[in-house]
Amino acid sequence: MKPTDPAITWLEEKPLGLTERLYLPLFLQGLSTTARHMVSRKVTVNYPEVRPTVGNPLIYRGVHRLNRDDAGRVKCVACFLCATACPAHCIDIVATESPWPDREKYPESFSIDELRCIFCGMCEEACPVDAIELTSLLDLTGKSREEMIFDKEKLLSVYDMTKDAEPMKSKTLAAGGMATFGTAPGNPTTTAGGHH
Amino acid sequence: MPTVIVDGKDIEIGAHERLNCIEVARRAGVEIPHYCWHPGLSVVASCRMCLIETGTRDAATGKITMMPKLVPGCQTPAKDGTVIVTNTALVKDSRARVEEALLIDHPIDCSICDKAGECLLQDYHFEHGQAERRTDLHPFHSRRRDVGPTVTLFVDRCIMCTRCVRFTREVSGTSELMVINRGSKEEISVFPGFPLDNKLSGNVVDLCPVGALGDKDFLYQQRVWFLKRESNVCGGCSAGCSIVTEHNQDTVYRLKPRENPHVNKWWMCDDGRYGWHHLHDPARLLSAGRLVSSNDDRETVEWSDVTTRLRQELSGAGRLAVAVSPMLTLEEAWMLCATARSIDQQAALFVGHVPVSGSDESFPGGFTIRAEKCPNRRGVEAVVALFESEERGWSDLVAAVSAGEFDAAWITAGYPHAWIDDTTAAPFGQLRCLVVQDLFDSPLAKLATWRLPAAGFAERAGTWVNAAHRAQVFAAAVRAPAGVWPEGRLYWNMLGRRGLYDPAAVRRQIAESSSSLAALGGEIPAVGVDLRIDQLASS
Repeated sequence: MKPTDPAITWLEEKPLGLTERLYLPLFLQGLSTTARHMVSRKVTVNYPEVRPTVGNPLIYRGVHRLNRDDAGRVKCVACFLCATACPAHCIDIVATESPWPDREKYPESFSIDELRCIFCGMCEEACPVDAIELTSLLDLTGKSREEMIFDKEKLLSVYDMTKDAEPMKSKTLAAGGMATFGTAPGNPTTTAGGHH
Repeated sequence: MPTVIVDGKDIEIGAHERLNCIEVARRAGVEIPHYCWHPGLSVVASCRMCLIETGTRDAATGKITMMPKLVPGCQTPAKDGTVIVTNTALVKDSRARVEEALLIDHPIDCSICDKAGECLLQDYHFEHGQAERRTDLHPFHSRRRDVGPTVTLFVDRCIMCTRCVRFTREVSGTSELMVINRGSKEEISVFPGFPLDNKLSGNVVDLCPVGALGDKDFLYQQRVWFLKRESNVCGGCSAGCSIVTEHNQDTVYRLKPRENPHVNKWWMCDDGRYGWHHLHDPARLLSAGRLVSSNDDRETVEWSDVTTRLRQELSGAGRLAVAVSPMLTLEEAWMLCATARSIDQQAALFVGHVPVSGSDESFPGGFTIRAEKCPNRRGVEAVVALFESEERGWSDLVAAVSAGEFDAAWITAGYPHAWIDDTTAAPFGQLRCLVVQDLFDSPLAKLATWRLPAAGFAERAGTWVNAAHRAQVFAAAVRAPAGVWPEGRLYWNMLGRRGLYDPAAVRRQIAESSSSLAALGGEIPAVGVDLRIDQLASS
């Protein structure tokens, strides 16, 4: 977009009022914020000795998982929409014809380079079948780069590991589950549960 | 000049042009959506997507009389005084209704449909459809029917435009596909025991405006929006079809025909369409190997050393013979000849092996698959003629080598298929220095002192001259695999030229030095140029 684009509305900056020009009132206002944080409750923790609490797992963006359907198969249909949406190009999928009659296509291999990932959650948003989700697992470590490329089995195992603590988000949201996790203050979706 | 009025704009057409409203509107920059109409097929006007308002302008009074009803643009000829209106509420509403009707029974499985991204149903729905869907969603699945060895049909995705049926009847002339059932139960099918199995079958996938016909070779390999497209020329036979090479990260995924009225119209054959797999064959030669004299082993030589050592060894070997492969581009062939002559001023230049299989195969739609399975025999012959007074071919070379006329030979090949047997190759074993440049190992390459890898067709850049003397210029679609220098790059460096291989510079040089190839000097359009034009003018 060029500065001359007609879609841009240019606004004049408002002239400074008396309080702005006096400088001191705004200075005190800023200082009061500093002072308030000095006495308020601390939010930092001594990680890893103390584990931080995840406010709302439904909106937390940690390690990925690949969900399974009711029959225990990978839910993914290999549509590549996550790989398309991914701004870091960290998702690599090899699609093939599925061996099951009710599905046309499934991922033969599915890998995410967790080192390259920026945890933006676009893959989860793009997924049309709720197959890829971000869990609330936040400590992601490995001894080599290869180890940090999560393949299909590993991503499915993340699902097996986390499915009890964190049920599939689409189902949770459909059941109005957002309210049970509604610890995030002022989260507008708290009341909008079940919009699916 | 006849004048047609498109959305209030006067468009002049040729006096003898036979155009329909879609074609004329396109000249005015107005795209009339259409499914069933295709310029290469007969008109059925069955999809109703191209409905427009038409009328006539009285030449004397200038009064415009409109038709009360909408008419299909594909079926309505545009003549002097025809008025076409495509942007009224009536036309827009009609398009939205057609889209809605088509989507009633269409499975919304775009996420797993290979056509998504290049699907006319998607595009037109986005542009002309309604925002709201008034019908229920059907199951997320399309029935699949195997119609042939190369093509699969997703029955429920079909919108019954019948382009594929008309193609098999009018162009391939094989009539395998047909419509079964009637009304809303209509489906595309084949008669039991007669699958869609002809040399042009892949074209029905290109023709299909939706995802109903799928190419088994490409199915689920890649989403189309990841593919990059490079205009290329098919190297499968001497027809030299204009194609688009679709690739991603230096891997070719499919070839598609590119419209060229002088060569292949809208089509290409399956031999060419699926004839790219050798590019990614693991058996390809991937490094320059020099025979180590003590045993049969080969040492890998760095390309920068190849240029100097090759020149050194060939100039020390004695009388040199060079086979200029018809797989090479015009520019590569010319540089090879120039290189050979710079090594040995008496170097004998031969046109390389011309592979021939069967006889020319013609189809009712005017498409011909040539028996000559190389793209540039005419071009190479023209180049060799610039250097040699007498044209000699591969059999002459084999005879001359058997007779011991030469001490060294430089054989360029680059054929995708096996092309030489042990008996033909045997006489080459007595040469002091044999250079073989090929895609794969062969009986000849086994005897070679220098075994150099060749580039595949999509990795070359330059010009090919097809059987009908049409020269087409193309750039490389993908990079050659690691360790391979395409011929153009090797010869460019052996000639001591600076910088990167520049086919255009070589082409200009060729055009200046030859009257028969002078047509190559100018700007060459995407459809190529007929090399005989200049010769006709001068004679």
